[in-house]
Amino acid sequence: MDRTPVIIGVGLSEYPVAPDLDGVQHHTLAAQRAIADAGIEKSEIDGYVNAGGGGGMMVDDAVTMAEYLRIDHKYIDGTMTGGSSFEFHVQHLAAAIRDGLCDTALVTYGSDQLSRMGRRLGTGGFQRAGQRVSGPMQHEAAYGNSLVGSYAMHAMRHMHEFGTTSEQLAEIAVGVREYAMLNPKAMYRDPMTVDDVINSRMIADPLHKLDCCAITDGGGAFMITTAERAKDLPQPPVYVLGAAGAQTHWNVSQQVDFTTCAGAKAAPIAFGQAGITHDDVDMLMFYDSFTITCLILLESLGFVKQGEGGPFVAEGNLKFGGKWPLNTDGGGLSSCHPGMRGIFLIIESVRQLRGQGGEAQVPHCEVALAAGSGGWLSCIGVAILGRNHP
Amino acid sequence: MKAEVRTVEEWVKPLPQPDGVSAEYWQAASEGRLLVQQCPKCGNRQFYPRALCTACGADPEWLECSGRGTVHTFTVVRQYGARPFRDELPYVIVMVELDEGPMMLGAVTDCDPDAVHIGMPIEVHFVKAADDLGIPYWRPPR
Ligand SMILES: [Zn+2]
Repeated sequence: MDRTPVIIGVGLSEYPVAPDLDGVQHHTLAAQRAIADAGIEKSEIDGYVNAGGGGGMMVDDAVTMAEYLRIDHKYIDGTMTGGSSFEFHVQHLAAAIRDGLCDTALVTYGSDQLSRMGRRLGTGGFQRAGQRVSGPMQHEAAYGNSLVGSYAMHAMRHMHEFGTTSEQLAEIAVGVREYAMLNPKAMYRDPMTVDDVINSRMIADPLHKLDCCAITDGGGAFMITTAERAKDLPQPPVYVLGAAGAQTHWNVSQQVDFTTCAGAKAAPIAFGQAGITHDDVDMLMFYDSFTITCLILLESLGFVKQGEGGPFVAEGNLKFGGKWPLNTDGGGLSSCHPGMRGIFLIIESVRQLRGQGGEAQVPHCEVALAAGSGGWLSCIGVAILGRNHP
Repeated sequence: MKAEVRTVEEWVKPLPQPDGVSAEYWQAASEGRLLVQQCPKCGNRQFYPRALCTACGADPEWLECSGRGTVHTFTVVRQYGARPFRDELPYVIVMVELDEGPMMLGAVTDCDPDAVHIGMPIEVHFVKAADDLGIPYWRPPR
Protein backbone atom coordinates (compact mmCIF):
# COMPACT_ATOMS: atom_id res chain seq x y z
CA MET A 1 0.00 0.00 0.00
CA ASP A 2 1.61 3.24 -1.18
CA ARG A 3 0.86 5.86 1.48
CA THR A 4 2.87 8.66 -0.15
CA PRO A 5 0.79 11.83 0.43
CA VAL A 6 -0.81 13.19 -2.73
CA ILE A 7 -2.95 16.25 -3.42
CA ILE A 8 -5.94 15.14 -5.49
CA GLY A 9 -8.32 18.07 -5.49
CA VAL A 10 -8.30 21.85 -5.26
CA GLY A 11 -11.04 24.44 -5.27
CA LEU A 12 -11.42 28.20 -5.03
CA SER A 13 -14.57 29.99 -3.90
CA GLU A 14 -15.14 33.43 -5.41
CA TYR A 15 -12.63 36.29 -5.36
CA PRO A 16 -11.59 39.06 -5.17
CA VAL A 17 -14.98 40.60 -4.30
CA ALA A 18 -17.92 38.41 -3.23
CA PRO A 19 -20.38 40.44 -1.15
CA ASP A 20 -22.98 37.65 -1.24
CA LEU A 21 -20.76 35.14 0.55
CA ASP A 22 -19.85 35.14 4.23
CA GLY A 23 -16.71 33.44 5.54
CA VAL A 24 -18.42 30.09 6.17
CA GLN A 25 -19.87 30.09 2.67
CA HIS A 26 -16.40 30.68 1.26
CA HIS A 27 -15.15 27.60 3.15
CA THR A 28 -18.11 25.60 1.92
CA LEU A 29 -18.04 26.60 -1.74
CA ALA A 30 -14.30 25.95 -1.93
CA ALA A 31 -14.79 22.55 -0.26
CA GLN A 32 -17.53 21.55 -2.69
CA ARG A 33 -15.34 22.48 -5.63
CA ALA A 34 -12.29 20.65 -4.25
CA ILE A 35 -14.35 17.51 -3.63
CA ALA A 36 -15.77 17.66 -7.17
CA ASP A 37 -12.29 18.31 -8.57
CA ALA A 38 -10.93 15.29 -6.71
CA GLY A 39 -13.74 13.12 -8.01
CA ILE A 40 -14.43 11.38 -4.72
CA GLU A 41 -17.43 11.06 -2.42
CA LYS A 42 -17.69 13.40 0.55
CA SER A 43 -18.23 10.35 2.76
CA GLU A 44 -14.64 9.27 2.10
CA ILE A 45 -13.25 12.29 3.97
CA ASP A 46 -11.88 11.17 7.34
CA GLY A 47 -9.52 14.08 8.05
CA TYR A 48 -10.31 17.77 8.34
CA VAL A 49 -8.01 20.76 8.82
CA ASN A 50 -8.79 24.45 9.10
CA ALA A 51 -6.99 27.47 10.55
CA GLY A 52 -10.09 29.58 11.15
CA GLY A 53 -10.92 32.63 9.08
CA GLY A 54 -9.48 36.02 8.38
CA GLY A 55 -12.14 37.78 10.40
CA GLY A 56 -11.52 36.29 13.81
CA MET A 57 -15.22 35.64 14.33
CA MET A 58 -14.87 32.12 15.75
CA VAL A 59 -17.67 30.79 13.56
CA ASP A 60 -15.34 28.92 11.27
CA ASP A 61 -12.80 27.29 13.56
CA ALA A 62 -11.95 23.66 12.82
CA VAL A 63 -14.53 22.00 15.08
CA THR A 64 -17.37 24.33 14.14
CA MET A 65 -16.69 23.96 10.43
CA ALA A 66 -16.36 20.17 10.77
CA GLU A 67 -19.85 20.24 12.29
CA TYR A 68 -21.19 22.59 9.61
CA LEU A 69 -19.80 20.42 6.82
CA ARG A 70 -20.72 17.27 8.80
CA ILE A 71 -17.35 15.65 8.34
CA ASP A 72 -17.05 12.38 10.23
CA HIS A 73 -13.37 12.73 10.90
CA LYS A 74 -10.87 10.65 12.81
CA TYR A 75 -8.12 13.26 12.35
CA ILE A 76 -8.54 16.98 12.95
CA ASP A 77 -6.07 19.87 13.22
CA GLY A 78 -6.74 23.54 13.89
CA THR A 79 -3.19 24.84 13.70
CA MET A 80 -3.19 28.62 13.18
CA THR A 81 0.14 30.19 12.25
CA GLY A 82 -1.36 33.10 10.34
CA GLY A 83 -0.96 33.16 6.57
CA SER A 84 1.42 30.20 6.63
CA SER A 85 -1.09 27.89 8.36
CA PHE A 86 -1.77 25.84 5.24
CA GLU A 87 1.86 24.98 4.60
CA PHE A 88 1.98 23.74 8.20
CA HIS A 89 -1.20 21.79 7.42
CA VAL A 90 0.54 20.07 4.50
CA GLN A 91 3.34 19.09 6.87
CA HIS A 92 0.90 17.71 9.45
CA LEU A 93 -1.27 15.92 6.90
CA ALA A 94 1.68 14.37 5.09
CA ALA A 95 2.65 12.74 8.38
CA ALA A 96 -0.94 11.82 9.22
CA ILE A 97 -1.48 10.18 5.81
CA ARG A 98 1.80 8.30 6.01
CA ASP A 99 1.03 7.06 9.52
CA GLY A 100 -2.50 6.03 8.66
CA LEU A 101 -4.17 8.49 11.05
CA CYS A 102 -6.52 9.26 8.16
CA ASP A 103 -6.81 8.32 4.51
CA THR A 104 -8.41 11.31 2.81
CA ALA A 105 -8.31 14.81 4.26
CA LEU A 106 -9.89 18.14 3.41
CA VAL A 107 -8.38 21.56 4.19
CA THR A 108 -10.51 24.69 3.84
CA TYR A 109 -10.23 28.45 4.21
CA GLY A 110 -12.66 31.31 3.72
CA SER A 111 -12.77 35.04 4.39
CA ASP A 112 -15.16 37.85 3.57
CA GLN A 113 -12.82 40.47 5.05
CA LEU A 114 -13.09 42.98 2.19
CA SER A 115 -16.88 42.96 2.00
CA ARG A 116 -17.26 43.00 5.78
CA MET A 117 -14.45 45.27 6.97
CA GLY A 118 -13.19 47.25 3.98
CA ARG A 119 -9.65 48.28 3.21
CA ARG A 120 -8.40 49.77 6.47
CA LEU A 121 -6.98 46.47 7.66
CA GLY A 122 -3.32 47.03 6.91
CA THR A 123 -3.14 50.50 8.32
CA GLY A 124 -4.88 50.32 11.62
CA GLY A 125 -8.26 50.12 13.14
CA PHE A 126 -7.30 47.27 15.46
CA GLN A 127 -6.36 49.44 18.39
CA ARG A 128 -8.84 51.80 19.93
CA ALA A 129 -8.68 54.75 22.24
CA GLY A 130 -8.65 53.76 25.90
CA GLN A 131 -8.79 50.04 25.10
CA ARG A 132 -6.99 47.83 27.66
CA VAL A 133 -4.46 45.49 26.06
CA SER A 134 -3.12 42.41 27.84
CA GLY A 135 -0.49 39.81 26.95
CA PRO A 136 2.64 40.60 24.97
CA MET A 137 0.81 43.28 22.94
CA GLN A 138 0.54 45.40 26.08
CA HIS A 139 4.10 46.45 25.25
CA GLU A 140 3.25 47.53 21.68
CA ALA A 141 -0.35 48.71 21.51
CA ALA A 142 0.19 52.22 22.87
CA TYR A 143 2.40 53.26 19.97
CA GLY A 144 0.13 52.84 16.93
CA ASN A 145 2.28 50.51 14.88
CA SER A 146 0.48 49.12 11.83
CA LEU A 147 0.65 45.79 10.05
CA VAL A 148 2.48 47.50 7.21
CA GLY A 149 4.81 49.15 9.73
CA SER A 150 5.95 45.78 11.05
CA TYR A 151 7.05 44.62 7.61
CA ALA A 152 8.45 48.06 6.88
CA MET A 153 10.87 47.67 9.80
CA HIS A 154 12.17 44.52 8.12
CA ALA A 155 12.60 46.35 4.81
CA MET A 156 14.36 49.27 6.52
CA ARG A 157 16.90 47.00 8.23
CA HIS A 158 17.44 44.93 5.08
CA MET A 159 18.16 48.09 3.11
CA HIS A 160 20.54 49.28 5.82
CA GLU A 161 22.54 46.06 5.97
CA PHE A 162 22.61 45.08 2.31
CA GLY A 163 21.90 48.21 0.28
CA THR A 164 18.62 46.80 -0.99
CA THR A 165 16.68 49.51 -2.85
CA SER A 166 13.04 50.47 -3.29
CA GLU A 167 13.46 49.89 -7.02
CA GLN A 168 14.53 46.30 -6.38
CA LEU A 169 11.55 45.68 -4.14
CA ALA A 170 9.30 47.24 -6.76
CA GLU A 171 10.53 44.71 -9.34
CA ILE A 172 8.79 42.01 -7.29
CA ALA A 173 5.45 43.81 -7.48
CA VAL A 174 5.91 44.46 -11.19
CA GLY A 175 6.72 40.81 -11.94
CA VAL A 176 3.71 39.56 -10.00
CA ARG A 177 1.49 42.12 -11.78
CA GLU A 178 2.56 40.67 -15.14
CA TYR A 179 1.05 37.38 -14.00
CA ALA A 180 -2.08 39.10 -12.66
CA MET A 181 -2.62 40.55 -16.13
CA LEU A 182 -3.01 36.94 -17.32
CA ASN A 183 -5.59 36.12 -14.63
CA PRO A 184 -9.04 37.44 -15.60
CA LYS A 185 -10.19 37.33 -11.96
CA ALA A 186 -7.23 39.19 -10.44
CA MET A 187 -8.05 42.29 -8.38
CA TYR A 188 -5.53 44.54 -10.17
CA ARG A 189 -4.73 43.94 -13.84
CA ASP A 190 -3.43 47.22 -15.25
CA PRO A 191 0.16 47.29 -16.50
CA MET A 192 2.54 48.62 -13.85
CA THR A 193 6.15 49.87 -13.82
CA VAL A 194 8.83 50.21 -11.17
CA ASP A 195 8.23 53.98 -11.28
CA ASP A 196 4.53 53.40 -10.60
CA VAL A 197 5.46 51.52 -7.43
CA ILE A 198 8.00 53.97 -6.07
CA ASN A 199 5.81 56.95 -6.96
CA SER A 200 2.80 55.46 -5.18
CA ARG A 201 2.23 57.04 -1.78
CA MET A 202 4.31 55.96 1.16
CA ILE A 203 2.31 53.95 3.71
CA ALA A 204 5.11 53.18 6.18
CA ASP A 205 8.69 53.98 5.14
CA PRO A 206 10.08 52.39 3.01
CA LEU A 207 6.94 50.54 1.83
CA HIS A 208 4.72 52.25 -0.75
CA LYS A 209 1.10 51.47 -1.45
CA LEU A 210 2.07 49.23 -4.37
CA ASP A 211 4.53 47.31 -2.17
CA CYS A 212 1.46 46.11 -0.24
CA CYS A 213 -0.95 43.31 -1.03
CA ALA A 214 -4.55 43.67 -2.10
CA ILE A 215 -7.36 43.27 0.43
CA THR A 216 -9.94 40.87 -0.96
CA ASP A 217 -12.55 38.24 -0.22
CA GLY A 218 -11.87 34.63 -1.10
CA GLY A 219 -11.67 31.01 -0.05
CA GLY A 220 -9.84 27.86 -1.00
CA ALA A 221 -9.69 24.15 -0.30
CA PHE A 222 -7.52 21.19 -1.13
CA MET A 223 -7.63 17.46 -0.52
CA ILE A 224 -4.86 15.02 0.34
CA THR A 225 -4.95 11.24 0.17
CA THR A 226 -2.58 8.34 -0.42
CA ALA A 227 -0.85 7.67 -3.74
CA GLU A 228 -2.66 4.32 -3.69
CA ARG A 229 -6.13 5.89 -3.53
CA ALA A 230 -5.16 8.53 -6.10
CA LYS A 231 -4.44 5.96 -8.80
CA ASP A 232 -7.91 5.88 -10.34
CA LEU A 233 -8.93 9.51 -9.73
CA PRO A 234 -9.52 11.96 -12.58
CA GLN A 235 -6.80 14.52 -11.87
CA PRO A 236 -3.06 13.94 -12.19
CA PRO A 237 -1.72 13.42 -8.66
CA VAL A 238 0.53 16.05 -7.09
CA TYR A 239 2.98 14.57 -4.62
CA VAL A 240 4.02 16.13 -1.34
CA LEU A 241 7.81 15.87 -1.62
CA GLY A 242 8.64 17.77 1.54
CA ALA A 243 6.97 20.06 4.07
CA ALA A 244 8.33 21.84 7.13
CA GLY A 245 7.61 24.84 9.30
CA ALA A 246 9.41 26.95 11.89
CA GLN A 247 8.87 30.00 14.11
CA THR A 248 11.20 32.69 15.37
CA HIS A 249 8.67 34.89 17.20
CA TRP A 250 5.06 36.00 16.95
CA ASN A 251 4.78 39.72 17.79
CA VAL A 252 7.08 41.83 15.68
CA SER A 253 8.93 43.29 18.67
CA GLN A 254 10.29 39.82 19.42
CA GLN A 255 11.85 39.41 15.98
CA VAL A 256 15.41 38.27 16.54
CA ASP A 257 16.84 39.35 13.16
CA PHE A 258 14.91 41.74 10.92
CA THR A 259 16.81 40.65 7.80
CA THR A 260 15.83 36.97 7.77
CA CYS A 261 13.12 34.59 8.97
CA ALA A 262 12.35 31.05 10.11
CA GLY A 263 12.43 29.91 6.50
CA ALA A 264 16.15 29.45 7.06
CA LYS A 265 15.29 26.63 9.47
CA ALA A 266 12.30 25.16 7.62
CA ALA A 267 13.72 25.06 4.09
CA PRO A 268 16.64 22.67 4.68
CA ILE A 269 14.22 20.22 6.33
CA ALA A 270 11.78 20.39 3.42
CA PHE A 271 14.54 20.13 0.81
CA GLY A 272 16.08 17.23 2.75
CA GLN A 273 12.79 15.32 2.69
CA ALA A 274 12.35 16.02 -1.01
CA GLY A 275 15.91 15.03 -1.81
CA ILE A 276 16.26 17.86 -4.33
CA THR A 277 18.21 21.10 -4.72
CA HIS A 278 17.02 24.63 -5.42
CA ASP A 279 17.85 24.21 -9.10
CA ASP A 280 15.27 21.43 -9.31
CA VAL A 281 12.52 23.90 -8.38
CA ASP A 282 10.61 25.19 -11.41
CA MET A 283 8.40 27.85 -9.84
CA LEU A 284 7.79 29.68 -6.58
CA MET A 285 4.63 30.53 -4.73
CA PHE A 286 5.74 32.94 -2.01
CA TYR A 287 3.59 34.74 0.49
CA ASP A 288 3.57 38.25 -0.95
CA SER A 289 1.85 40.23 1.76
CA PHE A 290 4.49 42.83 0.93
CA THR A 291 7.34 42.92 -1.55
CA ILE A 292 9.86 42.60 1.29
CA THR A 293 8.19 39.36 2.41
CA CYS A 294 9.17 37.75 -0.91
CA LEU A 295 12.71 39.08 -0.82
CA ILE A 296 13.36 37.76 2.68
CA LEU A 297 11.77 34.40 1.82
CA LEU A 298 13.93 34.15 -1.32
CA GLU A 299 17.09 34.65 0.72
CA SER A 300 16.19 32.73 3.86
CA LEU A 301 15.07 29.67 1.89
CA GLY A 302 18.49 29.66 0.24
CA PHE A 303 17.59 30.49 -3.37
CA VAL A 304 20.21 33.24 -3.18
CA LYS A 305 22.70 34.27 -0.51
CA GLN A 306 21.57 36.74 2.11
CA GLY A 307 21.86 40.28 0.75
CA GLU A 308 21.93 39.18 -2.88
CA GLY A 309 18.16 39.07 -3.30
CA GLY A 310 17.75 42.67 -4.47
CA PRO A 311 20.11 42.50 -7.49
CA PHE A 312 18.84 38.99 -8.29
CA VAL A 313 15.26 40.20 -8.44
CA ALA A 314 16.23 43.24 -10.51
CA GLU A 315 17.72 40.89 -13.13
CA GLY A 316 14.22 39.56 -13.76
CA ASN A 317 14.80 36.08 -12.37
CA LEU A 318 11.36 35.90 -10.72
CA LYS A 319 9.39 37.21 -13.68
CA PHE A 320 7.48 35.46 -16.46
CA GLY A 321 10.07 33.41 -18.33
CA GLY A 322 12.67 33.88 -15.58
CA LYS A 323 14.62 31.25 -13.67
CA TRP A 324 12.06 30.95 -10.87
CA PRO A 325 8.71 32.42 -11.91
CA LEU A 326 6.98 33.84 -8.84
CA ASN A 327 3.27 33.85 -7.99
CA THR A 328 1.80 32.82 -11.30
CA ASP A 329 -1.78 33.53 -10.20
CA GLY A 330 -1.04 37.22 -9.70
CA GLY A 331 -0.17 36.83 -6.03
CA GLY A 332 -1.51 38.61 -3.01
CA LEU A 333 0.03 41.80 -4.37
CA SER A 334 -2.26 41.96 -7.40
CA SER A 335 -4.79 39.13 -7.40
CA CYS A 336 -6.16 37.86 -4.12
CA HIS A 337 -5.29 38.27 -0.44
CA PRO A 338 -8.26 37.39 1.75
CA GLY A 339 -6.48 37.53 5.11
CA MET A 340 -4.53 34.27 5.19
CA ARG A 341 -3.30 33.55 1.71
CA GLY A 342 -1.26 30.41 2.33
CA ILE A 343 -3.87 28.04 0.90
CA PHE A 344 -3.77 29.80 -2.46
CA LEU A 345 -0.04 29.08 -2.69
CA ILE A 346 -0.80 25.35 -2.50
CA ILE A 347 -3.74 25.54 -4.93
CA GLU A 348 -1.84 27.45 -7.63
CA SER A 349 1.18 25.14 -7.25
CA VAL A 350 -1.12 22.16 -7.86
CA ARG A 351 -2.72 23.78 -10.91
CA GLN A 352 0.70 24.48 -12.42
CA LEU A 353 2.02 20.98 -11.70
CA ARG A 354 -1.05 19.53 -13.43
CA GLY A 355 -0.41 21.77 -16.45
CA GLN A 356 -3.59 23.75 -15.81
CA GLY A 357 -1.90 27.16 -15.58
CA GLY A 358 -3.39 28.54 -18.78
CA GLU A 359 -1.52 31.51 -20.23
CA ALA A 360 0.55 31.63 -17.06
CA GLN A 361 1.64 28.00 -17.33
CA VAL A 362 5.31 27.49 -16.42
CA PRO A 363 6.83 25.24 -19.11
CA HIS A 364 7.88 21.74 -17.98
CA CYS A 365 6.74 22.46 -14.44
CA GLU A 366 7.70 19.46 -12.32
CA VAL A 367 8.51 20.94 -8.90
CA ALA A 368 6.82 23.88 -7.18
CA LEU A 369 7.72 25.40 -3.83
CA ALA A 370 5.10 27.16 -1.71
CA ALA A 371 6.32 29.27 1.21
CA GLY A 372 3.88 30.93 3.56
CA SER A 373 4.65 33.68 6.07
CA GLY A 374 2.40 34.07 9.09
CA GLY A 375 2.30 37.00 11.45
CA TRP A 376 5.13 39.44 10.82
CA LEU A 377 7.63 37.10 9.09
CA SER A 378 7.04 35.07 12.25
CA CYS A 379 5.95 31.55 11.31
CA ILE A 380 7.23 30.22 8.00
CA GLY A 381 5.84 27.10 6.32
CA VAL A 382 7.49 25.50 3.29
CA ALA A 383 5.83 22.86 1.08
CA ILE A 384 7.58 21.29 -1.90
CA LEU A 385 5.20 19.67 -4.35
CA GLY A 386 6.00 17.60 -7.44
CA ARG A 387 4.46 16.02 -10.51
CA ASN A 388 6.48 12.82 -10.23
CA HIS A 389 6.37 10.10 -7.62
CA PRO A 390 9.31 10.59 -5.24
CA MET B 1 18.59 56.15 36.29
CA LYS B 2 15.66 58.49 36.63
CA ALA B 3 14.19 59.84 33.40
CA GLU B 4 11.70 62.62 32.83
CA VAL B 5 8.06 61.68 33.44
CA ARG B 6 5.40 63.84 31.85
CA THR B 7 1.80 63.55 33.03
CA VAL B 8 -1.08 63.79 30.56
CA GLU B 9 -4.57 64.89 31.55
CA GLU B 10 -6.31 62.12 29.68
CA TRP B 11 -4.69 59.07 28.08
CA VAL B 12 -6.61 58.38 24.86
CA LYS B 13 -4.44 55.60 23.41
CA PRO B 14 -4.70 51.88 24.09
CA LEU B 15 -3.66 51.23 27.68
CA PRO B 16 -1.50 48.31 28.85
CA GLN B 17 -3.26 45.87 31.18
CA PRO B 18 -0.64 45.06 33.83
CA ASP B 19 -0.45 41.44 34.94
CA GLY B 20 1.30 39.57 37.75
CA VAL B 21 4.66 39.93 36.05
CA SER B 22 4.43 43.26 34.25
CA ALA B 23 2.82 45.35 37.03
CA GLU B 24 6.22 46.12 38.57
CA TYR B 25 7.61 47.14 35.19
CA TRP B 26 4.75 49.59 34.54
CA GLN B 27 4.96 50.94 38.09
CA ALA B 28 8.70 51.62 37.70
CA ALA B 29 8.05 53.33 34.37
CA SER B 30 5.57 55.67 36.04
CA GLU B 31 8.46 56.70 38.33
CA GLY B 32 10.88 57.27 35.45
CA ARG B 33 12.76 53.97 35.68
CA LEU B 34 13.15 51.46 32.84
CA LEU B 35 13.38 47.80 33.84
CA VAL B 36 14.33 44.69 31.91
CA GLN B 37 14.73 41.19 33.29
CA GLN B 38 18.02 39.47 34.08
CA CYS B 39 18.41 35.83 34.99
CA PRO B 40 20.26 35.14 38.28
CA LYS B 41 21.16 31.67 37.04
CA CYS B 42 22.41 32.16 33.46
CA GLY B 43 22.67 35.95 33.08
CA ASN B 44 20.24 36.14 30.13
CA ARG B 45 18.58 39.53 29.73
CA GLN B 46 15.11 39.80 28.19
CA PHE B 47 12.22 42.05 27.33
CA TYR B 48 9.16 41.88 27.50
CA PRO B 49 8.89 40.72 31.12
CA ARG B 50 7.93 37.07 31.57
CA ALA B 51 7.52 34.61 34.44
CA LEU B 52 10.56 32.64 33.31
CA CYS B 53 13.99 33.11 31.79
CA THR B 54 13.57 32.27 28.10
CA ALA B 55 17.10 30.86 28.04
CA CYS B 56 17.09 28.50 31.02
CA GLY B 57 13.62 28.57 32.56
CA ALA B 58 14.62 30.05 35.94
CA ASP B 59 12.85 32.95 37.70
CA PRO B 60 14.17 36.24 36.33
CA GLU B 61 15.07 39.31 38.42
CA TRP B 62 14.78 43.01 37.54
CA LEU B 63 17.64 45.09 36.15
CA GLU B 64 17.36 48.86 36.06
CA CYS B 65 18.52 50.25 32.71
CA SER B 66 20.47 53.37 31.78
CA GLY B 67 17.62 54.46 29.52
CA ARG B 68 19.96 54.77 26.58
CA GLY B 69 19.92 52.84 23.34
CA THR B 70 20.26 52.96 19.58
CA VAL B 71 17.82 52.66 16.71
CA HIS B 72 17.98 49.07 15.42
CA THR B 73 15.27 49.61 12.82
CA PHE B 74 12.25 51.88 12.41
CA THR B 75 9.44 53.00 10.17
CA VAL B 76 7.64 56.28 9.64
CA VAL B 77 3.92 55.51 9.73
CA ARG B 78 2.24 57.79 7.18
CA GLN B 79 -1.18 56.16 7.00
CA TYR B 80 -3.29 54.83 9.85
CA GLY B 81 -7.02 54.24 9.84
CA ALA B 82 -8.15 55.04 13.37
CA ARG B 83 -7.97 57.79 15.97
CA PRO B 84 -6.02 58.86 17.91
CA PHE B 85 -3.03 57.74 15.82
CA ARG B 86 -4.56 59.04 12.59
CA ASP B 87 -4.37 62.56 14.02
CA GLU B 88 -0.66 62.27 14.77
CA LEU B 89 0.64 61.16 11.36
CA PRO B 90 3.45 60.93 10.45
CA TYR B 91 5.10 59.31 13.47
CA VAL B 92 8.04 56.99 14.04
CA ILE B 93 7.81 53.40 15.31
CA VAL B 94 11.18 52.16 16.44
CA MET B 95 12.96 49.04 17.59
CA VAL B 96 15.38 50.21 20.26
CA GLU B 97 18.48 48.22 21.03
CA LEU B 98 19.03 49.00 24.71
CA ASP B 99 22.59 49.56 25.89
CA GLU B 100 21.87 46.64 28.22
CA GLY B 101 21.19 44.32 25.26
CA PRO B 102 17.51 43.51 24.79
CA MET B 103 15.40 45.18 22.10
CA MET B 104 12.04 46.82 22.65
CA LEU B 105 9.43 48.45 20.45
CA GLY B 106 8.61 52.12 21.00
CA ALA B 107 7.96 55.46 19.38
CA VAL B 108 10.31 58.41 18.77
CA THR B 109 9.25 61.91 19.83
CA ASP B 110 10.85 65.38 19.81
CA CYS B 111 12.47 64.76 16.44
CA ASP B 112 11.71 65.29 12.75
CA PRO B 113 10.55 61.83 11.54
CA ASP B 114 12.78 62.16 8.48
CA ALA B 115 15.86 62.65 10.68
CA VAL B 116 15.57 59.23 12.32
CA HIS B 117 18.11 56.69 11.10
CA ILE B 118 19.44 53.27 12.03
CA GLY B 119 22.28 53.51 14.53
CA MET B 120 21.04 56.81 15.94
CA PRO B 121 21.46 57.11 19.72
CA ILE B 122 18.25 57.72 21.67
CA GLU B 123 17.17 58.04 25.27
CA VAL B 124 14.03 57.16 27.14
CA HIS B 125 11.42 59.44 28.65
CA PHE B 126 8.01 58.53 30.01
CA VAL B 127 4.41 59.59 29.79
CA LYS B 128 2.37 58.79 32.88
CA ALA B 129 -0.86 57.23 31.58
CA ALA B 130 -2.29 56.17 34.97
CA ASP B 131 -1.19 56.29 38.63
CA ASP B 132 0.74 53.04 38.36
CA LEU B 133 1.53 53.08 34.69
CA GLY B 134 4.16 54.92 32.64
CA ILE B 135 4.68 54.53 28.89
CA PRO B 136 8.28 54.70 27.63
CA TYR B 137 9.04 56.91 24.62
CA TRP B 138 12.33 57.70 22.90
CA ARG B 139 14.01 60.90 21.71
CA PRO B 140 17.45 62.16 20.68
CA PRO B 141 19.65 62.60 23.81
CA ARG B 142 19.46 66.10 25.31
ZN1 LIG C 1 18.40 31.89 32.64
